[in-house]
Amino acid sequence: MEPASIPDKDIAEELCHTVKRAASEGTPLRIQGADTKAFYGRHSEGLVVDVRAHSGVVSYEPSELVITARAGTRLADLKSVMAERGQMLGFEPPSYADDATLGGTIACGFSGPRRPYSGAARDFVLGTRVINGRGELMRFGGQVMKNVAGYDVSRLMVGALGTLGVIAEVSLKVLPIPAREATVRLSLRVEDAIRRMNEWAGQPIPVSATCHYDDNLWVRLSGSEKGIAAAMARIGGDAVDDVADFWTSIREHRHAFFDGVRPLWRLSVPQGSPPCSLDGDTLIEWGGGQRWLKTEASAETIRADIARMGGHAVLFRGGDRSSEVFQPLHPGVLELHRNLKDAFDPERIFNCGRMYEDF
Amino acid sequence: MSRAAESVTRGSRVERETHAKALRAWLPQHAVLDQVEELRPYECDGLSAYRKLPLLVVLPDAVEQVQAVMRYCARQQIPVVARGAGTGLSGGALPLENGVLLSLAKFNRILDIDLVNRTARVQPGVRNLAITEAVSASGFYYAPDPSSQIACSIGGNVAENAGGLHCLKYGLTVHNIMKLQVVTVNGDLITIGSDGLDSPGYDLLALMTGSEGMLGIIVEITVRLLPTPESAKLIMASFAEVEKAGNAVGDIIATGIIPGGLEMMDNMATRATEDFVHAGYDVDAAAILLCELDGTPEEVDDDILRVKGALQRSGCTDIRIARDEQERQLFWSGRKAAFPAAGRISPDYYCIDGTIPRRQIGKVLTRIAEMGREYGLRVANVFHAGDGNLHPLILYDGNKPGELERTEELGGKILELCVEVGGTITGEHGVGVEKIDQMCVQFSPQELTQFHALKRAFDPKELLNPGKAVPTLSRCAEFGAMHVRKGELKFPHLERF
Repeated sequence: MEPASIPDKDIAEELCHTVKRAASEGTPLRIQGADTKAFYGRHSEGLVVDVRAHSGVVSYEPSELVITARAGTRLADLKSVMAERGQMLGFEPPSYADDATLGGTIACGFSGPRRPYSGAARDFVLGTRVINGRGELMRFGGQVMKNVAGYDVSRLMVGALGTLGVIAEVSLKVLPIPAREATVRLSLRVEDAIRRMNEWAGQPIPVSATCHYDDNLWVRLSGSEKGIAAAMARIGGDAVDDVADFWTSIREHRHAFFDGVRPLWRLSVPQGSPPCSLDGDTLIEWGGGQRWLKTEASAETIRADIARMGGHAVLFRGGDRSSEVFQPLHPGVLELHRNLKDAFDPERIFNCGRMYEDF
Repeated sequence: MSRAAESVTRGSRVERETHAKALRAWLPQHAVLDQVEELRPYECDGLSAYRKLPLLVVLPDAVEQVQAVMRYCARQQIPVVARGAGTGLSGGALPLENGVLLSLAKFNRILDIDLVNRTARVQPGVRNLAITEAVSASGFYYAPDPSSQIACSIGGNVAENAGGLHCLKYGLTVHNIMKLQVVTVNGDLITIGSDGLDSPGYDLLALMTGSEGMLGIIVEITVRLLPTPESAKLIMASFAEVEKAGNAVGDIIATGIIPGGLEMMDNMATRATEDFVHAGYDVDAAAILLCELDGTPEEVDDDILRVKGALQRSGCTDIRIARDEQERQLFWSGRKAAFPAAGRISPDYYCIDGTIPRRQIGKVLTRIAEMGREYGLRVANVFHAGDGNLHPLILYDGNKPGELERTEELGGKILELCVEVGGTITGEHGVGVEKIDQMCVQFSPQELTQFHALKRAFDPKELLNPGKAVPTLSRCAEFGAMHVRKGELKFPHLERF
């Protein structure tokens, strides 16, 4: 095991105790790490359970491509431990703030620019330790690449916004950092950019990120020196310097597009969908699959439009956080959500209302 | 007359006729099977040591018919076991005597191929390989490729979260599907996942994948298609010691390359397959590694050199790089034929599916060989080394009294060894009925209780494939007690929390 350079503390027992007491008293809990993603999800109140003290890398075997860390571990610390061994998180998660924790990242299920090409947060989760609503610490999945024993509770926790349990520990598959990365910029209108991104995705070209904004398409390539040179010759465009800064600004929402006070919507649509007709400014990522929209349009208008495209819309930042911020679920699916909530959190104490008003 | 046939009592015959008659109101006449000779082909899946005749077999060919069957069975409280191609290796589709076996075999159409978004919408009975065959001319393929891919169905692949030779780089079924249409236990039709890269709410897509028919009936699947790599090359390396071959796996990963496939076969496995398919394997080596590298021609040329260097540093005794596509296919043909080859050198074989951290490969293979000797049984090893997914094949003769029982006991011990070293009892075959007792070793009572609660969230009356995949706590108590009686508590040093 690699020595962890960060405070190493196991307070799982304490956390279980807190949950047990809250369950017996019916006290709503608000699970939080550094609270850097308070802007996300619906407004929810409760006694704060601070997971930050439960931190540290539990095990890291670079040759196994697996890292296990406690939920309170800072994402930045985790990334630097891996970078020392030439590895990274394949889903390139955003932090949105320096103190963001692993637990919060997994609970929100956030993935960055590499997502359509390498996979989402849930794709890299191999196992978890989770505290359910009875205060029981349970282990699901494991530290191996393939594991089909029992239901995939670990992946269920990804993006559940802490409504099903306290994520205490996560095992992740990691990837080698590519030997080289390069970015090119092409001057393209949005319709052409969507078409091109999807053509490339259907060819064996080592694209690892795409972003279209203001009639420019940025394309990141990752791989070997020769592989990238061949790909650049194939797709054309101009090589861009300060590459890392650009993709960081997109991932962390520091790019000028994200400035301003208008509500920010995240639209998840089939990648090849035509540009949406809604009023507002748009920035497109993920080969067309993730589209950011700054608009004053009503939630009903946006959701109806996006549902027609086979996608869903999330009120990501700003706007009214007391009404539904996620796309309403089909009644049959909503019922399964309620039942699952009760199966994991029978007293309904975890992050109530953070995802949907009902639970 | 077999034991299964004897169990068809007069009472169940009446029941059978009543339910068959009722279901024929919703399904075509020939889609409800109730004669013993018609039921016989469905008495087992790929795990043929377990057999049971179902109460009835239904073969719907429309979603509405599946919904009608589920509504009827929910009303009558009849258990339902879904079945795809019946190639599963863990008894997941083993029928229940008092249950309906719901075959999805007639759902065999590819409904839509969307090359812009790189997806295919298919029915559950479509064969895994048929998807790739339908899109390969356009330069695409469906990545998960279990060795049964010419026969197994995509619906069964989702139910078991099937893997294959290329998982390390391209993922399991869960990484390669986008959307499901599911009929619930009450007969409602719901959509899980979406045509985009994610969907709102909980990740029910992940939960359904690998749920072994316990949560719903999958009636449609949207899979991701990947562009066919431009170039693929295969390196074959020989080792004089199994341990060295095991360590070489980690050395390859340490180069920073994720191979498209990384497989290992021990001497017994190479000899058996070489006699069978003449793949050109080194039958004097203690073990061979097959390492496939794919990507653009430029990338593959770079990677080949680096992997070759790593293998040489790991102490391999011989390296061969497939000269051309024909030789690459030939080298793979032996690996893909390993199971039937085992069937040629032994009347029966039993395949195990534990997964372990890669660094434990050498140690675990040595221990398996020792255990095999203790039980007087031969074990051939052929497996997905890249992701630590072992497939020990225990060779036995089912006609020799006691040999199947000894084989199953050895299999159980091997699985417990996998858990002991930090692995799992099943990497890709599922728990089914086969490994249900070993679930008691891998999971605590609280975890198993949580699984049961999760199932009831979908299926409150527990009618979908009941009794499979997750053991009851009383079953675990009996399993533990059985071993205490023999004077040996299972791994007393293991944590049981």
